[in-house]
Amino acid sequence: MEKQEYLDLYYQMVVIRRLEERAAELYQQGKIGGFLHLYIGQEAVSTGIISVRRPEDRVITAYRDHGVAINCGISAKEVMAELLGKATGCSKGKGGSMHLADVSKNFWGGHAIVGAHLPIAAGLALGDVYQNQKAVTICMFGDGATNIGFFHEALNLSKVWNLPVLWVCENNKYGMGTAVERASAVPEIALKAEGYKMKYAQVDGMDLMKVREVAAQMIEEIRSGSGPQFLEVFTYRFRGHSMGDPERYRTPDEVRKWQQDDPIGIYHNFLLQQGIATEEELQRVIREAEEEVEEAVRFAEASPEPAPEDLYKHVYVSETC
Amino acid sequence: MARMTMREAISQALWEEMERDPKVFIMGEEVGVWGGTYAVTRGFYDHFGPDRVRDTPISEAAIVGAAIGAALVGLRPVAEIMTINFAFVAMDHIVNQAAKLHYMFGGQMVLPLVIRTVGGGGRQLGATHSQTPDAIFAHFPGLKVVAPGTPADAKGLLKAAIRCDDPVLFIEHATLYQLRGEVPEGDYTVPIGQSKVQREGRDVTVVTYSKMLDTSLKAAEELAREGIEIEVVDLRTLRPLDMGPVLESVKKTNRAVVVEEGWKSYGVGAEVASRIYEEAFDYLDAPVKRVAQVEVPLPYNRTLEQMALPQVKDVVQAVKEVL
Repeated sequence: MEKQEYLDLYYQMVVIRRLEERAAELYQQGKIGGFLHLYIGQEAVSTGIISVRRPEDRVITAYRDHGVAINCGISAKEVMAELLGKATGCSKGKGGSMHLADVSKNFWGGHAIVGAHLPIAAGLALGDVYQNQKAVTICMFGDGATNIGFFHEALNLSKVWNLPVLWVCENNKYGMGTAVERASAVPEIALKAEGYKMKYAQVDGMDLMKVREVAAQMIEEIRSGSGPQFLEVFTYRFRGHSMGDPERYRTPDEVRKWQQDDPIGIYHNFLLQQGIATEEELQRVIREAEEEVEEAVRFAEASPEPAPEDLYKHVYVSETC
Repeated sequence: MARMTMREAISQALWEEMERDPKVFIMGEEVGVWGGTYAVTRGFYDHFGPDRVRDTPISEAAIVGAAIGAALVGLRPVAEIMTINFAFVAMDHIVNQAAKLHYMFGGQMVLPLVIRTVGGGGRQLGATHSQTPDAIFAHFPGLKVVAPGTPADAKGLLKAAIRCDDPVLFIEHATLYQLRGEVPEGDYTVPIGQSKVQREGRDVTVVTYSKMLDTSLKAAEELAREGIEIEVVDLRTLRPLDMGPVLESVKKTNRAVVVEEGWKSYGVGAEVASRIYEEAFDYLDAPVKRVAQVEVPLPYNRTLEQMALPQVKDVVQAVKEVL
């Protein structure tokens, strides 16, 4: 990997972190409505995995999607504008925080019904198989999604049809406020893949380089025809499930302990220790990322609201067909 | 024109579309080796092969969900849900995904998807296998809901649905597969979202669709013998609903009966009657009458089941009541 690539991954993680910190402020000011699920603490997961995809590889995720959107190449401007419900948002202000997407960047959303995007992911991969494309579909979801029927139907179908899907479970220990071991008969989530004779791996999701390494290998095996594989990533969200989470289900000590493993901090130290970048260089990257986020906030705030007639657009491609 | 059954017309539409466009493929339970539970896809597996005629597990959410995904990346899947009663276990993917993705992502996602399914009672299949819940699906903007009542419309509408860039729920009726009718030959489509007068008459407008079209046309024959001429308007598409021919007819006859197989409460008849009141109230000489299923889960017993389903005599009686 070239130096610039290392720095770019650092840049992406800082943009996500800063963008979400600013989003939380804008939410408190009432400028962002609905739900806002922050990815803070989990940035290394999507940054690592998506950094090893090829452009033809498809990405689809759940509603904690800001980081994935940035990693897939949606600009901070378009993400922030979508959060503010503006016409310039990546979903034209109609989707909001949970429904970011840009199909031109092969990012198929942001899906807010837990587990419902897993069968859709199988279908994206089916489309590639049908058209003889060597693409891999990367489908990300939380630990909570592994207890719903959609998960099992999708994993089963993907194996029966040998579909090129990398199933990525981001295990952040809680489905909303319910701990994994209180919700799942098999708390070792990766073992669920065994029920479908699917190859699986587990990785420390706070360490970008480890995530990258494992994901790269799995994606290339899938591309070579291994069929679907399953990756469980151990991670942690530093913020609540959504805004206004009283966090009765975990202790401040637990959160502080995980925060010592901040994925950005770990990667920062890695870059220094490996002599890939100097502290000054990383501080410059941080300033650039912060500037991009501030520019995104200015852009989003100055952007127009959707026009009243947009309310009626896009119900159908065509009323008559 | 060729005379054929509804089953043959639907099968022909599918076959022709698969021959015409390699992006069209079928997936569902028993569509392949078995040849389709209602024999609609018999012979397809041998001709088109397992990649284009895909047998699935009994896994409706995966069937509809995967069809959505394949449609998003440019294919034209025809997903079969064996009966509409099983569509409830795929409800999220039909009404929360298929119906919403185009809108919710600002128009960038396009789903040229057809979900073929079979509804209706009258075959002694009991309460869970005999429903006509068409109105539930027609409730959701973003979905198109089509339910043909003649072989010609079945062929033309299915071909239109497959070519349509929007998700279409195509509801066939379990007891109509043997219905015969004239079907235009060759490439032939019927636009989605257009109601049609299937029989002209001056006295009462009868609005209906699917199986109840056949029932209403039989009632029309009976009434004609008594000198009563009903005009039968076939909705054909429940969403988007084309009220044009209905209102035009009501303005002529000044009386209307709506006939549906599903339950009356919150049903198609409720919607059509409301729209007649909203848009043609001054033309009415009598309140709109609704004929629908008795509000019970359908029983197995043949006599009880037939008592619950709308019959020719019910339509005849309703027409006489508005005269």
